[in-house]
Amino acid sequence: MGLGRTYSVALVGLNGYIVEVEADIGQTLPAFIILGLPDASLNEAKERIRSAAQNSGIPLSRRKITANLIPASLPKRGSGFDLAITMAVLRAANDIKSTERTVFIAELGLDGRLRPVRGILPAVMAAVQAGYPDVVVAQANEAEAGLVPGARVRGYRTLARLACDFGADPQELALDFEPDDEDSYGDDPAVAGPDPDMCDVAGQAEARKALEVAAAGAHHLLLSGPPGAGKTMLAERLPGLLPDLADGEAMEVTAIHSLCALSSAAVQLLRRPPFENPHHTATAAAIIGGGSGLPRPGAASRAHRGVLFLDEAPEYERRVLDALRQPLESGELVIHRSAGTAAYPARFQLVLAANPCPCGKASGKGLDCTCTPMMRRRYLARMSGPLLDRVDIQLQVERVSLADFGQTGAEEDTATVAARVRAARDRQLERLRPLGLETNSQVPGRVLRGALRLPPPATRILDRSLERGVLTARGYDRVLRLAWTLADLACRDAPDDNDIGQALGLRQAASAVA
Amino acid sequence: MRAKDMLGRRGEELAAGYLESQGMRIVDRNWRCAEGEIDIVALDGDSLVIAEVKTRKSLAYGHPFEAVGVAKLARLHRLASAWCRDHELRMPFRRVDVVAVLDDGAGQPRVEHLKGVG
Repeated sequence: MGLGRTYSVALVGLNGYIVEVEADIGQTLPAFIILGLPDASLNEAKERIRSAAQNSGIPLSRRKITANLIPASLPKRGSGFDLAITMAVLRAANDIKSTERTVFIAELGLDGRLRPVRGILPAVMAAVQAGYPDVVVAQANEAEAGLVPGARVRGYRTLARLACDFGADPQELALDFEPDDEDSYGDDPAVAGPDPDMCDVAGQAEARKALEVAAAGAHHLLLSGPPGAGKTMLAERLPGLLPDLADGEAMEVTAIHSLCALSSAAVQLLRRPPFENPHHTATAAAIIGGGSGLPRPGAASRAHRGVLFLDEAPEYERRVLDALRQPLESGELVIHRSAGTAAYPARFQLVLAANPCPCGKASGKGLDCTCTPMMRRRYLARMSGPLLDRVDIQLQVERVSLADFGQTGAEEDTATVAARVRAARDRQLERLRPLGLETNSQVPGRVLRGALRLPPPATRILDRSLERGVLTARGYDRVLRLAWTLADLACRDAPDDNDIGQALGLRQAASAVA
Repeated sequence: MRAKDMLGRRGEELAAGYLESQGMRIVDRNWRCAEGEIDIVALDGDSLVIAEVKTRKSLAYGHPFEAVGVAKLARLHRLASAWCRDHELRMPFRRVDVVAVLDDGAGQPRVEHLKGVG
C-alpha cells in the first residue's frame, strides 16, 4: 500500500470545490513534494506536517512523499489542506486505516494540534453539497461547521487523537498532549454592545420617518446636512430597525464573515443585518473586494443583507462610488484577479451621508458658508448622477433646534419602530411574492405601472409633476415605490394621494443636492 | 581510528554483506580518485551498481537517507563515469544505490537499501 487518498475543500471566493488529496510514498531518497498549484503557505505545509506528525508520535515515512491535490488546475491556497495531506500520507504508509469519504479541513501546529482556519462555513457547505457530509475540523471550528444542515462534523484538538480514531497504534501516539486553549486567532469576536437606539436621536422627526421608510422598503438613502445634525447617528440606527435575517440569508452572511473574519470562528449564525462603515479614504479594492492572488470580499460584500454606510460620501474617490453602481443593480460582485475569479454576493442597503458643501455650513440660509457656488456644485457632483439615481430617499437633515433638543426621552425607541417595519415588510412580502420580489425597492417600473397601477385620482400630483417636467420618468417610479412603502407602514392596501404627496416630499427634500 | 570512522567502516562491511546476500557481486571497495570515493562497486546481473553507504547510530540527526543530497548524488554519478574510465569498461546499465545502516550498537543493525536513486 503506497497510496493514500483523502478529501478536502478548496475555496474560490465563496464557492468550494472538493479536492482529492493523493499521497504516494516512493522508494527513493527522502523528499516531500506537493503537486497541484500550491501557493507559498500551502508549500510550507511540508514542514508543518513533518513536525506535527513527529511530535504526535507517528513520524512520516523517510522516503520520497508525493502529495497530489486534484484537480491539479485549480489554484489552492492556505493552510487548510495540512490535515488532509497528513492523513493521506499516513494512510499511504499504512499507519491508519482508510478514511473513506471523510473531508479534512484544518491547519496543523508544529506540536501536533489542530488549528482553526477561515472560511470553514462555506467550505463545509460545499462539502455537504458535493455529497461528502463527513467532515473533520479543528475543535475551535466545530461549532461553525456544525451550522451547516446535513453535515456530520467531528472536531479534534490534536492529530494524535484523530489518528487514534482512525486506527493508528495507540501505543506510539502522544495521546496525553493537550494543547492549552489559545487556538483562536487572538481577537475575540467583538463583544457587541447594545445596538444604538432610536430614542437617542433628539428631534429630527422627518429624518426618523425617512429612516423608518428606508428600513421598511429597503430603499437606499441619502442624508445631507450640516456637521453635527446627526446624520451618522441616524445611519447607525438603521440596522436596528431591520428585521432578522431569514435562514438562507443568515447562512450567506455568516459565510462571508467566516471568510474574512480575523476573529475566531463563528459559533452561531449571524441573525442581525451587518453594518459596514468604511472610512472615506477606502480604495475601490477595499470596498468592492480584491487583493493579490484570489480576491477577498470587500466592505460591500461584508454589508450583504445589511447596511453599507458611506459617511462623508463626497470625500470618497469618485471611482469608488461609481464602482458601487453595479452591485446596486445586480446584488453581486464578480472580481477577476490573476489567480482566479471570485463572485461575492453584495445586496446591501446603501446609506450615503454628505455635507452640503466643503465648509459644511450651507444649510438653512447658509449665511456662514464661505464656499463659492462653484465649490458647492463640484463637491456634490462627486456623487455621480447615475449613483444618486438609485437612491430612493434623498433627505435634508437640519440642525436640531433647541426646542427639540430640550425634550429628550419623548422619542420612540428602536423596538417600537422595528415592529412597524416588520409589519410593513410582511405586507410587502404578501403582495410581492407572487411577482418574485421581496421589497418595494425592487419593484420594476413596468410592474408599478402595470399590475400595481394606482387609480388616476391618487397619482394626480405625480402626473402633473411629470407633465410640468419637474419629475423624470424614473423619478416618477421612485416616488411610487416610496408611496407603496408609506402605505404599508400605515397598513393601507394601496397608497392614496396623501402617501404620494409624502413620498414626493421625501424624494425632493434634498432636491438642492440631487 | 576515530569512533565515527569505525562506525562507517562497520556499516560498509554490513552493507557489502547485505548486497551480496541480495545476489550482487562486489567488484571494488573504497575506490578513490581526485573527485572522491566510491564506497562499494558491485555487479547486479548485467548492470553496474555504485553504492553509497550511510551509517548512523540513531535517528537523532535525521535518517541516513536524508544525508544524501542533490550534490552528493551528482558526484556519485560522476564517480561512476570515472570508475568506468579508469577500468576501461563500458557498462550500458549503470545505477546509483544508497544503503542505510542503522546501528545503535546494541541490537541487530538495520539495513535499508534504495535502488537506482537520482
